[in-house]
Amino acid sequence: MIISIASGKGGTGKTTVATNLALSVQGDVQLLDCDVEEPNAHLFLMPSFEEKTTVYTPVPEVDEEKCSRCGACAEICQFKAIVVIAETVLTFEQLCHSCGGCMAVCPEKAITEKGRELGVIEKGKAHGIEFVHGKLRVGEAMAPPLIRKVREHARSSALTIIDAPPGTSCPVVASMRGADFVVLVTEPTPFGLHDLMLAVGAVKILGIPFGIVINRCDTGDPGVKNYAGREGIDILMEIPFDRRIAEAYSRGDLLVKEMPGWKDSFAGLFNRIKELDARR
Amino acid sequence: MRELVVISGKGGTGKTSIVAAFAALADNAVLCDADVDAADLHLILAPEIITRTDFMGGHKAIVRKDLCTECGICRDMCRFNAVSEEYEIDPIQCEGCGVCVHFCPSKAIEFPISTCGEWYESRTRMGPMIHARLGIAEENSGRLVSLVRKEAQELAKKMGRDFIITDGPPGVGCPVIASIGGASAVLVVTEPTVAGIHDMQRVVSLADHFRVPSMVCINKYDLNVQQSTSIEGYCRENSLPVLGLIPFDPVFTRAMILEKTVLEYDPDSPGALAVKEVWNAVKNNINIT
Repeated sequence: MIISIASGKGGTGKTTVATNLALSVQGDVQLLDCDVEEPNAHLFLMPSFEEKTTVYTPVPEVDEEKCSRCGACAEICQFKAIVVIAETVLTFEQLCHSCGGCMAVCPEKAITEKGRELGVIEKGKAHGIEFVHGKLRVGEAMAPPLIRKVREHARSSALTIIDAPPGTSCPVVASMRGADFVVLVTEPTPFGLHDLMLAVGAVKILGIPFGIVINRCDTGDPGVKNYAGREGIDILMEIPFDRRIAEAYSRGDLLVKEMPGWKDSFAGLFNRIKELDARR
Repeated sequence: MRELVVISGKGGTGKTSIVAAFAALADNAVLCDADVDAADLHLILAPEIITRTDFMGGHKAIVRKDLCTECGICRDMCRFNAVSEEYEIDPIQCEGCGVCVHFCPSKAIEFPISTCGEWYESRTRMGPMIHARLGIAEENSGRLVSLVRKEAQELAKKMGRDFIITDGPPGVGCPVIASIGGASAVLVVTEPTVAGIHDMQRVVSLADHFRVPSMVCINKYDLNVQQSTSIEGYCRENSLPVLGLIPFDPVFTRAMILEKTVLEYDPDSPGALAVKEVWNAVKNNINIT
């Protein structure tokens, strides 16, 4: 089973829910941190990493000797990543989406592929669970291909928990797609509600069952609860504002370790998700 | 023309509340919301939209069933697994690269350009504003970010305003890269948490990579004073100016609920006073009056 933890708005508590949920479930559990732009789960789990792989995406390399400057590559490229100016072919590898079109279309077979570094994937263990995360190379624009590589580590025999990035665009879609269930973590503020509604829109487009967790549930206004009630969205769990929770978070301490009572609550969250999943 | 872009790396550190407060303090600025993926600034500034323009994103491939011979070339060549067994193209998986369109022997794939959002020029009680809305689950957020920033500059020129305040997106990927290139400076809003520090370091190195100077402010600094001190230490070692420390103050949430900036809601609150100090430091640092 794959459970993706997403949010719309940043800073609502995705990583808190993902890490503590992963440590509250019995059995074979893996946590994949797919927030590759700003991965944070490792700061709480402090895993011992056993493997580190650098991940590349293919980009064109032109053999100037073979190239006839016909311009077919520039014509097929939708991303302006390869252009022919007078007698030179220029490639802008950071714009390349790795579709392979230029290589396929080149009549002289003058284009081969080399790698552009996307970032690294690290894999290890923490508190008895398997942990994998991706770290986007600073300066690299495209997160989705690295996210897809992180997700290749998902094992079908395990419970896979994905910590997704904030927002609603392509990196989030790459982190939710194919999940069995999405947990949207929100906060009861106008920003929280607005971005939750966008995230719900994205989950609905993907057709994945979902529920929400309201963090700092006793602050803010009733907007999120009213919305969930109106739309018939399940509220899976509520976490009150507690300065001890905020302080433990600030230090990088895990909630289930600092306040062990929370372990039952997160186990309850998992049972609730299983129930909803079984009802499908 | 000067442009300050407010970013954070980590989401939820308070970028938008701080930008809204700056908007209330600035005299002659154009406001720009470059967090097109989950834009929130309009929830406080309540813009009155003057013009609304479609944002044309990339192309999407569509198979015409009447012409398709199911030869399988498109499926073999698509690197994004967008073509199904039934020869339907998943619009979400489709990268818009056009490889299938080019190589289809039956010319059975159409490639229309799609609208993937819209952008707005608006009036607010704090001044003119450019903002946008990317369609849900859409791509091309970087291009839309570049577009709203360009439009904000044109508007500033047209209206004789010499300063742009831009609310940036979280992360370090394509929309962030698009929001900081060519800016006068970025203000990194961080928080005294292990995640806040980690993410600030990454986004500062991104700004360095694009040669944009970074300044830092620590929001909710009193949630963990020790961590705040270590952020200040890090900034000192790396010659990053720390423009101010903003306390944890529920006034930010209360103001947001009433669609107000903290300066309108309670100008004498500790939160509002601290943001004002940060704003004065911003002005000194990037030479605006």
